[in-house]
Amino acid sequence: MKPAAFDYLQAATLDEALDLLHEAGGDARVIAGGQSLVPMLNMRLARPAVLVDIMRIDDLRKIEAEGNDIMIGAGVRQAQLEAWPDLSARLPLVAMALPWIGHVQTRARGTVCGSLAHADPSAELPLSLIALQGNLHLRTKRKRRTVAADDFFLGMMATELGEGEMIEAVSLPSRSEGTGYGFNEIGRRHGDFAITAVAAVVTERSASIAIAGVDDRPRRFDVPLPSDPGLDDALNEIAWDLNARDDIHASARYRRELVRRLGRRTIEEAAACLV
Amino acid sequence: MSRLKAHQKKTVTFRLNGLPVRADAESRTLLSDFIRHEIGMTGTHVGCEHGVCGACTIQVDGAPARACLMLAVQAEGTDIRTVEALSPGDDRLSALQAAFKRHHGLQCGFCTPGILMSLDALIGARPDAGREEVRDHLSGHLCRCTGYATIVEAALSALDDIRREDNDNV
Ligand SMILES: Cc1cc2nc3c(=O)[nH]c(=O)nc-3n(C[C@@H](O)[C@H](O)[C@H](O)COP(=O)(O)OP(=O)(O)OC[C@H]3O[C@@H](n4cnc5c(N)ncnc54)[C@H](O)[C@@H]3O)c2cc1C
Ligand code: FES
Ligand code: FES
Repeated sequence: MKPAAFDYLQAATLDEALDLLHEAGGDARVIAGGQSLVPMLNMRLARPAVLVDIMRIDDLRKIEAEGNDIMIGAGVRQAQLEAWPDLSARLPLVAMALPWIGHVQTRARGTVCGSLAHADPSAELPLSLIALQGNLHLRTKRKRRTVAADDFFLGMMATELGEGEMIEAVSLPSRSEGTGYGFNEIGRRHGDFAITAVAAVVTERSASIAIAGVDDRPRRFDVPLPSDPGLDDALNEIAWDLNARDDIHASARYRRELVRRLGRRTIEEAAACLV
Repeated sequence: MSRLKAHQKKTVTFRLNGLPVRADAESRTLLSDFIRHEIGMTGTHVGCEHGVCGACTIQVDGAPARACLMLAVQAEGTDIRTVEALSPGDDRLSALQAAFKRHHGLQCGFCTPGILMSLDALIGARPDAGREEVRDHLSGHLCRCTGYATIVEAALSALDDIRREDNDNV
């Protein structure tokens, strides 16, 4: 239960980090909060030759409003976002989802962008990113690009990130007038990974839900408004459309039932805070 | 900082329980092992080494964190507290420790140092905390002996004592 040996750089600037990621190519890995990576190192499920620590880069530690978007840098820890005074006003969905991520002790170190890069299919932040249709700002030594949430997650712990590439920041659209948000999760215990988690975004004219913990990545669907009698059928179709599987935590059937019930409850709760 | 090569050692310096400490670590040395084996402070326990059990919980710059999920080199320049910091003097217990003793908040004691460090951080940050918050902080810890009820009672009783003390001092 000890990591294999690796080279380590505590980068002082983003350029320094990008240089080494470029030079080492596929052998290098970013370390941010370490709350997912270090367990994998300890169990030797990951054996990177080089680790690039980005947590001492001051420029990455910012939470900033840019137009209607909130930009969250790669150095922002989950606890820092939780303590951001504007969180409930600007990102109500994220405010609801954050307390479900692990424990106080892991949120003190884990980052927002690290959770997105890790892309666990049941994780709350990837779910929030998909529900809100945010964007990832990716960067290599040579180029920058912005990738939409729907194009970022490719499967179980697989993302669009290429060799030498890192997430510099994520941007999430700020709460808009006349929009309600809902979030619910079922797990074995609070702080465990979700068996199923649901996020809903509802306006006067449209509703959508995003679901984590069922398919190999979080997925989003447009659904009828809660007042529409077709909602239950739509949720049932979604439940079957997701590739639910049995595992030690729950059966596929139970997960489909959660999609139907938790889905409706979450949409109704989102609609209720529309006023 | 320049790149630290695999197997190469670097001197790591930080504050531990108020005093400066320094010792050598490889890049892969876990902070939990560094504190126990290099510094020689064995109050911090190690259970699972993958972040789940909470036995290794310490405070890093005031916030509770898993020592087994940090590299020693990441602790450079930080301010760290471990369970050894809690007692106010030889043969004396802090309010929290005394409450654990009174309420049988421990049996084998393996989980205790980590739990104390989480609860100490909670008490420091939120002296008005109630049962829900105590339980939320404990969710990051596994205890195989007590069934948790006595730990919750101990924490609530310590919070009471500390609030009363604060009132007396007004
Ligand atoms: C006990 C426990 C319970 C947990 N429960 C939950 C839970 O309920 N829900 C949940 O979502 N998570 C949970 N987690 C994981 C969460 O705590 C992590 O914080 C998160 O998954 C990863 O963020 P990090 O900053 O710690 O990333 P790290 O562990 O440092 O990195 C994770 C991965 O992302 C890559 N990476 C990190 N940052 C970047 C970047 N900027 N650009 C490119 N790649 C990057 C790394 O190379 C690595 O592959 C739990 C962890 C523990 C230990
Ligand atoms: S030893 Fe660190 S959490 Fe179990
Ligand atoms: S007292 Fe034995 S594990 Fe908690």
